[in-house]
Amino acid sequence: MRPSAVRLLNILVPIKRAVDYAVKIRVNPEQTGIDLNVKHSMNPFDEIAVEEAVRIRERLKDAVKSIKVVTIGPPKSAETLRTALAMGADSAVHVEIPESAPSPEPLGVAKTLKALIERQKEGVDIVILGKQAIDDDAGQTGQMLAGLMGWSQATFASKVEVNPEQKVANITREIDGGLEELKCKLPVIITTDLRLNEPRYASLPNIMKAKKKPVEKLTAAELGVDITPRLETIKVTEPPKRVGGGKVANVDELLTKLKEAGFTGKRA
Amino acid sequence: MFRVASRALRATKHRPTRLVEPARTFFVSAIRTEGLRLNSLDTFTEEENMFRDSVKRFAVDVVGPKVREMDEKESMDPTIIQGLFEQGLMGIETSAEHGGAEASFVSAIIAIEELAKIDPSVSVMCDVHNTLVNTILRTYGTKEQQDKWLPLLSESKLGSFCLSEPASGSDAFALQTRAKKDGDHWVINGSKMWITNSHEAEIFLIFANVDPSKGYKGITCFIATKEMGVQIAKKEEKLGIRASSTCTLNFDDLRVPAENIIGGEGKGYKLAIQILNEGRIGIAAQMLGLAQGAFDKAVPYTYQRTQFGQPIGTFQGMQFQIAKAAVELETARLLTYNAARRKEEGRSFTKEAAMAKYWASQVAQDVSGSAIEWCGGVGFTRETGIEKFWRDSKIGAIYEGTSNIQLQTIAKFIQQEYSR
Repeated sequence: MRPSAVRLLNILVPIKRAVDYAVKIRVNPEQTGIDLNVKHSMNPFDEIAVEEAVRIRERLKDAVKSIKVVTIGPPKSAETLRTALAMGADSAVHVEIPESAPSPEPLGVAKTLKALIERQKEGVDIVILGKQAIDDDAGQTGQMLAGLMGWSQATFASKVEVNPEQKVANITREIDGGLEELKCKLPVIITTDLRLNEPRYASLPNIMKAKKKPVEKLTAAELGVDITPRLETIKVTEPPKRVGGGKVANVDELLTKLKEAGFTGKRA
Repeated sequence: MFRVASRALRATKHRPTRLVEPARTFFVSAIRTEGLRLNSLDTFTEEENMFRDSVKRFAVDVVGPKVREMDEKESMDPTIIQGLFEQGLMGIETSAEHGGAEASFVSAIIAIEELAKIDPSVSVMCDVHNTLVNTILRTYGTKEQQDKWLPLLSESKLGSFCLSEPASGSDAFALQTRAKKDGDHWVINGSKMWITNSHEAEIFLIFANVDPSKGYKGITCFIATKEMGVQIAKKEEKLGIRASSTCTLNFDDLRVPAENIIGGEGKGYKLAIQILNEGRIGIAAQMLGLAQGAFDKAVPYTYQRTQFGQPIGTFQGMQFQIAKAAVELETARLLTYNAARRKEEGRSFTKEAAMAKYWASQVAQDVSGSAIEWCGGVGFTRETGIEKFWRDSKIGAIYEGTSNIQLQTIAKFIQQEYSR
């Protein structure tokens, strides 16, 4: 299970097909979620993850053996895999769920990824994920996977340097207080933050080459994983509409109004 | 035989005028309908759709912010040219062996359309390079010429197509540039005018007459580099597509090696006619993208701008205008993409290409003009970029075959078909 001393790196990049960031989303009439009949594309943080994997290979050259992308989603998610292949991944795995099935939850995704990693004969050394998906904003999958695997983790990465000889990765994380530098032993789970890199556009020659790259199809059942959701969404509503403000005559009146509304520590 | 033939005729709804035709029609249409997948005209392969998304993102993110500046300065930003090369947009149909993407003709049309939605100047640069320069080398170049020139054109060197002269535009083959043999070289003298890309180009396809006594049958296509001595003279100051360079070129005893003749001596006329046919579809795509870009910019504004208590786009008068513009866009789209698919399928496409170019340039003028009016004063100011589309559209009816020339081409076909 543990990677031996002389071995090339295998990178796994899980990606998600989510509502495109530019879409103006609307809550559906049943108030159970948002209208999904809109443009979808790869989660922007996952694009950054794919880009980072490709850049690691550009920096380390032959030390990186393979970059594999994986997605858990309906048949349409295959498009997202093709985009990742066009960006530079070598192969893809599509864990297909039915069109009507609910979107998998972070724990289900993490369990599926664990099963996939354990299935990889050659092992996986680095898993790079987006820090969160822009549809659920959960931000949990990377951390849960690290917990399940017992691997080191560095989330919200803004800089990644991999040292294959020493089998470590030096990662800079963006935290509330500033920047934190970690040295993580491989294998490692990394989640990407916005400033890690600027993803490349898939050029036409690469889109054409991506056609020939292999895509393996699996189901969660074949991996022995149960991805039934554990959460039930009760209601989804839009934020309350902005109510008009009012004018105040002077600072004292402003303070009174703030106290009345309960925005200060003192009682009115 | 006639009973079988007539069944096939009924199946394909073909009504020939002569009895001799049924046998021929039976063989041709049976083969076709058996292997044919009948799709709606706006069906694209997965690669073509992925490619469209990729070019769209590049156009919006990289080209978009520079459009206004390039127009005001009348100059193409070198980083845009570099970006086009890096994205593989300058060798779309070229083989992988020569550094290209080996993609379909429709892929090139898609790229031209998506670029034009953001900047028709960038679009025409990509169009001329791909559909005129690259195609000539791919179609008429020898293996040595392809090996030599296509990789340069795919990777870094911009190409230019030099046919028109001060005294010959529509009457292209009355060109005056002469080429005289001198040992293993040709010496070219003359001028070209209205040449797109010429300011930034490094590779030039020059049409010159090697034997004026043969009339148009002496016209020959030469490939030359700037270093050989191509002089770039006056850069035109234009109404539209200002960032696209349009210059006069002078050839003063320009020496070109004999191996730089493309397609053979005296074959330049045929080569140019054929290539301009394809180029027509490219311009149709540029005009289509332009019209769509203007529409996409103006219409959302009409649903935000309110007057008399409602968004102006919801007034019935406006709705009807917007709907009519949408219909025109759809017609231009279908003409353009159908002509492109016909070419891919190896079917005749000259008439359809002429129709697409003529009509798309018309639609571009109409829709971009309406777009300005829909946005009122905001449409008239240069800041929002809506008026730019209208200025850029005017050239559509002029270059790569004027509208009158297109109509003449179409009329010739009709006359042929109907006057048996």
